[in-house]
Amino acid sequence: MSFLISLLWATHAATAQGILFGVMALGVYITFRVLDFPDMTCDGSFVLGGCVSAVLIVKAGWNPYVTLIVAVLAGGASGAITAFLHNKCKIPAILSGILTMTALYSINIRVMGQANTTLLGVDTVVSMVKDILPESIQGIANFTNWVVIVLGCIFVTLVTMFMYWFFGTEIGCAIRATGNNGDMVRALGEDTDKMKMLGLVIGNSLVALSGALVAQSQGYADVGMGVGTIVIGLASIVIGEVIMSRARTFKFRLISILLGAVIYRVIIAWVLQMGLKATDLKLLTALVVAIALTIPKMLGATAASKATISMKGGDSNAKH
Amino acid sequence: MLNINEVYKTFNPGTINEKKALNGVNLNLNSEDFVTVIGGNGAGKSTILNMIAGVYPIDRGSIILDGIDITYLPEHKRAHYLGRVFQDPMKGTASNMEIQENLAIAYRRGKKRGLSWGITKAEKEKFHEELKVLGLGLEDRMTSKVGLLSGGQRQALTLLMATLQKPKLLLLDEHTAALDPKTARNVLSLTNEIIQADKLTAIMITHNMKDAIKYGNRLIMMHEGRVVYDVAGEEKKNLQVSDLLAKFEQASGGEFANDRMMLA
Repeated sequence: MSFLISLLWATHAATAQGILFGVMALGVYITFRVLDFPDMTCDGSFVLGGCVSAVLIVKAGWNPYVTLIVAVLAGGASGAITAFLHNKCKIPAILSGILTMTALYSINIRVMGQANTTLLGVDTVVSMVKDILPESIQGIANFTNWVVIVLGCIFVTLVTMFMYWFFGTEIGCAIRATGNNGDMVRALGEDTDKMKMLGLVIGNSLVALSGALVAQSQGYADVGMGVGTIVIGLASIVIGEVIMSRARTFKFRLISILLGAVIYRVIIAWVLQMGLKATDLKLLTALVVAIALTIPKMLGATAASKATISMKGGDSNAKH
Repeated sequence: MLNINEVYKTFNPGTINEKKALNGVNLNLNSEDFVTVIGGNGAGKSTILNMIAGVYPIDRGSIILDGIDITYLPEHKRAHYLGRVFQDPMKGTASNMEIQENLAIAYRRGKKRGLSWGITKAEKEKFHEELKVLGLGLEDRMTSKVGLLSGGQRQALTLLMATLQKPKLLLLDEHTAALDPKTARNVLSLTNEIIQADKLTAIMITHNMKDAIKYGNRLIMMHEGRVVYDVAGEEKKNLQVSDLLAKFEQASGGEFANDRMMLA
């Protein structure tokens, strides 16, 4: 019984974290899926967001919410650097991101002056909300996680609404088309370099926002907190695609990613409860993503071969 | 209208793969000229179209379009004046996007893109009417993803997208070569209708000599990066495939015309 209860609360905490990581997954979705740009920058920009936010709170005494804006701008700048390396220096996409990510490791330590910054005893986005809530509900079990869930839902809603609006605009459409067919976009008079720049800036802004929220909710920023960010983002996207495979519209695609991010965290929490070592998680995540990326391809291949067979048999319904 | 002066282009200069693609091309087009371009493989047909479109920079020479020097303009800026349809049906459209979204992006060619909504209600109605003209029933599938369309449908759509904003010059790079013969004929006659109706200036590359004779008011033959034959008006109308083959053999110094041209 006590195991079940602890599992339940672990799920609860994981949901809270999952929602905050969902913002990151949406950012990765912009670069990886919308723009078709495998952007490794996010491993660094996630940490950058956390560092910038933590340092501004601890050392400069800034309002935690204002630090989020600075984190967003810093993340955007790191995306711009990757875009510059790719567009102007003609470095392949994946390497441009790796270069920025590597450089950010040093920059993040410079920003903090050390390898980590604790946020104990200072205001955070979470503690500020807790402080204004009445005493009577403060006693609820795992109150902090409830606050994180509500706060996370507000941020996630705002980000989703922004993305839904932006990718429906003229520029947003051109960015989507750039990820789909760059030749066409240039032939129709839009600068694909500019579109890649915009996509990378927005994607990494969201990743950094997520990093700042995660750092504030867990109470510290650490230079190692971003390792595997892109893989976690991908895992969320892929899990979302699997559970909502019928989601064709952009709106539902975004929601599926958020669900994917939460489910990913919950799965992780469960396997930890079952006694897996925390350090084995990266291996597990990589395996999950590798399998999840392979299965649709294999299913597609068998479906295609089935279609050919039945078409040979003269079944006109086999056409898609 | 279009003045191409002494344009040279060599790919991979100084290497073992050096290829002189354009060897001093001169070409002057009048307004409303519809030029068909023929020539063997490697004659420089696609290269000259890509040079006009700005896909690669040229080595020497100049390209003037309607009084505007476009020689050094980047590809996306020249696109303001050009409509393009590619050989590969996949290349002209975004397959993961809706038919109407593709059209909306094409409709903004040459215009500044901002933060207003990507497609308006009035545009949807306009696109509905324009799609009807194609006669493919696409007007009832405007929210379908382009990836669901056949190659012929995609080429017809690309053609519409290229001409939605009237271009100063329409570039057609063997745009029916990847289609089956019947679809190719349909797309070709559609092309001709649109060019006539909108009074467009157009350059069309083709491997089919009959089509080259049948369509347009002017025909040029390229060989080894040069224009070797240029014919217009009545003389062009009265051409026979055998005349072209003779010309081709003459140009290539008695070499046998390549298989694709023989079969065409």
